[in-house]
Amino acid sequence: MIEETLIPKVGVVTDIRKDTPDVKTFRVVGTDGKKLFEHMPGQCAMVSVPGVGECMFSITSSPTNQEFMEFSIKKCGCVTEVLHAMEVGQQITVRGPYGRNFPVEEDFKGKDLLFIAGGIGLAPLRSVINYVRHYRENYGKVVIVYGARSADDLVDFEEIKTEWKNEPNFEVYLTIDRPQEGWDDHVGFVPSYVKELGLDSNMTAVLCGPPIMIKFTLQGLLELGFEKSRVYTTLELRMKCGVGKCGRCNVGDKFVCKDGPVFRMDQLDELPDEY
Amino acid sequence: MLKIAKERLNELYGKIAQTQGLFIPVKKAGEVNYAIWGEGKEVSLETLKTVKSPKNMFFPQTENMMKFKTEGKNIDIIDMRDEKRPYVLFGVKACDYKAIEVLDKVFLADPVDTFYKARREATTIVTLACSRPEESCFCSVFGIDATAPAGDVTVWLDNENLYWQSNTEKGEALTAAVKELFTDGGEAEVEAQKAATKEILQKLPFAALDLSRFKPENLNELFDDPAWEELSEACLGCGTCTFVCPTCQCFDIRDFKTNDGILRYRCWDSCMYSDFTLMAHGNSRTTQMQRYRQRFMHKLVYYPSQNDGLYSCVGCGRCVNKCPQHLNIVKVIKTLGGKNDD
Repeated sequence: MIEETLIPKVGVVTDIRKDTPDVKTFRVVGTDGKKLFEHMPGQCAMVSVPGVGECMFSITSSPTNQEFMEFSIKKCGCVTEVLHAMEVGQQITVRGPYGRNFPVEEDFKGKDLLFIAGGIGLAPLRSVINYVRHYRENYGKVVIVYGARSADDLVDFEEIKTEWKNEPNFEVYLTIDRPQEGWDDHVGFVPSYVKELGLDSNMTAVLCGPPIMIKFTLQGLLELGFEKSRVYTTLELRMKCGVGKCGRCNVGDKFVCKDGPVFRMDQLDELPDEY
Repeated sequence: MLKIAKERLNELYGKIAQTQGLFIPVKKAGEVNYAIWGEGKEVSLETLKTVKSPKNMFFPQTENMMKFKTEGKNIDIIDMRDEKRPYVLFGVKACDYKAIEVLDKVFLADPVDTFYKARREATTIVTLACSRPEESCFCSVFGIDATAPAGDVTVWLDNENLYWQSNTEKGEALTAAVKELFTDGGEAEVEAQKAATKEILQKLPFAALDLSRFKPENLNELFDDPAWEELSEACLGCGTCTFVCPTCQCFDIRDFKTNDGILRYRCWDSCMYSDFTLMAHGNSRTTQMQRYRQRFMHKLVYYPSQNDGLYSCVGCGRCVNKCPQHLNIVKVIKTLGGKNDD
């Protein structure tokens, strides 16, 4: 039979990690035990529980991981609810990869990189960060600013503490919204923390998080002298096909599934405000 | 050019139907739609606008895509695509044919939609030139010549005869299969009909619609135009326009639990509906104005921007006739398109 992108592959969930009270990370391989397909950082996949529905999620594992793919998924709707109730060994369906990736092999190369994430917004960035760690010599300094509501809501906290913080030429700044017992790090919202840190505006920045965080963080970055053409983000809209045909994820004449999800801020400026 | 007397058309249909499925406008319960031909069916080639456009021949209102069999934690995917039987789509008007070209650019673009492609490839399209365009027609605005549609075969119909001209390899094959019923001739009659129809087309009330403002460079200016509020005020969000539209191609993919596994099917969807863009945490188009604007911006600005200036409206006028609130693309073009008179 001819290949059809809308017909998924069967994947097996081999590990489920509870990251936060409402985020779990699912490790997925094909029925043959191998990775389902190759992707680039920032690309997405359609994950489905047959009978319940199919949703687009960013692939949070780095493409340099040769063994499996991971999806960090927040429980917030009918499909994610069922995913969260799943046990290891359960099969799901996956198709992809979809969308344009972060320009890790082009514009990011040789640059100092700033990653700013809020909450589950770390999921798409984790793929890039681990890619950059793998090809460390291709990139300059890396600064990560990551915030969440509370210490319990920081996704991948173990990896951040044990690996990212110890990576040479990596600076990791964590913040939570309100003070919490046992928390010695910064307290406060991401946008104001970013301004306080007085970051070097020559870095290439990647922003991901709730729309309100992106809006105010971008404002802060612009005040610090960052140029919109060097600030990247990802968009998320309702999708059914993933290939620009079902007609619902467009912002102006761009489809988020096909032309995104990665956009530069100057590109977003040219699009109507409908996302 | 070939011709056949009108009273012998049933012989022609029968001959085609011997070897392939024949879909043709058929009158049933007072409505004319494309349906499979059979003896005794009331064919109505003269009907200018079938209620539904022929788009459902390639992009059905619902179609089964795959089946999932689940057992314990395991899933088995069953591909439901099958070999498509060849068929002939007969009597397609110039506007509806152009609409198929518009759909092709969506479904045949990489990655190809194999469900659509299989049907498209299995079909030979016989187009029918218009001789009596109606007041709601405005195909000429989009550069469509209703008197000489493309297609594998083009036919013209007058009071005495049907005239037949093959345009493609598929058309030649169909011609060879039915040629024994035809005699040569008809060029003069066809030319006379074309000239007469062109005169009518020029006089149609919407023939002078101005599209000049609908350009990609005006995207944001048009998007922000305050006129959308008033234009969309009466819209009920019923979605009728999207269902009768020959170029509307938005779809949903849904699962349905059956006694024999889970069926995943695709069905038409409509950007007019509030849950079209609804996500677990938010909706990018919360008002009917936004949804209304989306539909027309897509047809007149977004689609052309993605497809070398080709508009995703073909001027068939179905939405003009069918909208219960008398809202339609003509009003949008008149308000926002450029130097329109009223």
